[in-house]
Amino acid sequence: MHRLGVIMLSFALDSRRGSFHLQVECTFATDWTVIFGPSGAGKSTLLRLLAGLDLPVKGNIILDGRALTESSTGLRVPPGHRQTSLVSQQPALFPHLNAQANVAYGLRDPDRAVRARRVDEMLDLVGATDLAFRRPQDLSGGQAQRVALARALAPAPRLLLLDEPFSALDGVASDALLVRLQIWLRENKVQTIVATHDATDALATSAEVLLLRDGRQVALGPAAEVLASERERIALRLKAR
Amino acid sequence: MDWQAFALSLRLAAVTTAILLAIAIPLAALIVLGRSRWLAAVEALATLPMVLPPTVLGFFLLVLLGPRTSFGRGISELLGHPLAFSFDGLVVGSVIYSLPFAVQPLVAGFASVDTALVDAARLLGAGPVRLVTSILLPLARRSLLAAVILSFLHTIGEFGVVLMLGGDIPGATRTLSIVLYDQVENFDYSAADRTALLLLGLSVLFLAAIYSKTPNRASGVRGSGGH
Repeated sequence: MHRLGVIMLSFALDSRRGSFHLQVECTFATDWTVIFGPSGAGKSTLLRLLAGLDLPVKGNIILDGRALTESSTGLRVPPGHRQTSLVSQQPALFPHLNAQANVAYGLRDPDRAVRARRVDEMLDLVGATDLAFRRPQDLSGGQAQRVALARALAPAPRLLLLDEPFSALDGVASDALLVRLQIWLRENKVQTIVATHDATDALATSAEVLLLRDGRQVALGPAAEVLASERERIALRLKAR
Repeated sequence: MDWQAFALSLRLAAVTTAILLAIAIPLAALIVLGRSRWLAAVEALATLPMVLPPTVLGFFLLVLLGPRTSFGRGISELLGHPLAFSFDGLVVGSVIYSLPFAVQPLVAGFASVDTALVDAARLLGAGPVRLVTSILLPLARRSLLAAVILSFLHTIGEFGVVLMLGGDIPGATRTLSIVLYDQVENFDYSAADRTALLLLGLSVLFLAAIYSKTPNRASGVRGSGGH
């Protein structure tokens, strides 16, 4: 299962927030994993735990042999030091900085020219070169989402977490970007986890799928198997039209 | 017009405001970003001077900083003079007295910054200092301005603490509000008129500065939106 060059992420997490209880235990060893489930299933909660923004009641997260969260020892590598980036549904660009400065925010190289080159490279990757000097308030939802993606990729994470990131993009643009992005991520050995409630998104990529429902993991495996019932449902719906 | 007292008031307010910012910015950030359950107590303590009668605060400080306590004697020895009845003592009193007026606007301003932006900055590796300087302060500029102006004006206008702690020493602790009190006590109403007018003018001028920076309410544009 562990393919060459693919880093391994394993976690066992137990988290409570109010009445919601998330309990999952998984190992991801593919470069593209989809967390699929209806809204409220715990997808965002899981991504926030992996990113280190929230702490589990109990559990651990190990990325490529390095413990990032470990409740038994109280270890908690802060977000931003876990080589993990998260792009959420809401792009959350810093409103007082232009697109270029937003992308540069996470870069720490002391050499200004190196930083500038990286920013250009990232904006080019997401097709947002012409937006470099625009303020977030002058960007459309899809444009802002692209810049947010560039910002998350700029610090060269090893784990990229995407929370319904393509919802703001229109279909065609989203597909083209997705293809380009997947190639780039594979080349740069970034493991990606995408949370979505859209079965077509999950089926579009031949990925591993973690099926999540009410905070519990229902299944983990190849998309075709795990989403067989979803695929039938979509086929039926298309036939009915 | 007592220009010496005027200059002293401005100097006291400027020094106090500078010290207050150095204390209030980290404190407000801690209150907003921190997770400790003790932070509620910290915030309550930082707000206490707002509801405490100034004379009570002045009295406590007078006793604490005076020769009756070992703390006061220690400071006396350290500085070579007692803090009570000195300009430095007034600064200490003013900082405590005006603390809520610096902390409260900053807490409100920092808390209004979208938490998604704070999360995004933390994910990109921003530590507490960078979070404050590059995200919270720029997005809460108006609250920072309000904190500066309110601290400044509140210090200029303080009376109870100054009188209790500083006495009325020309050039050292006699501020403009004490001068006004002296003028009224001496039935010198025309001089009191001018002093009061000057204090009023200062307040209106600075408050106008805050409100001129207020975003147009009708346009609904605010600085902190990340949506």
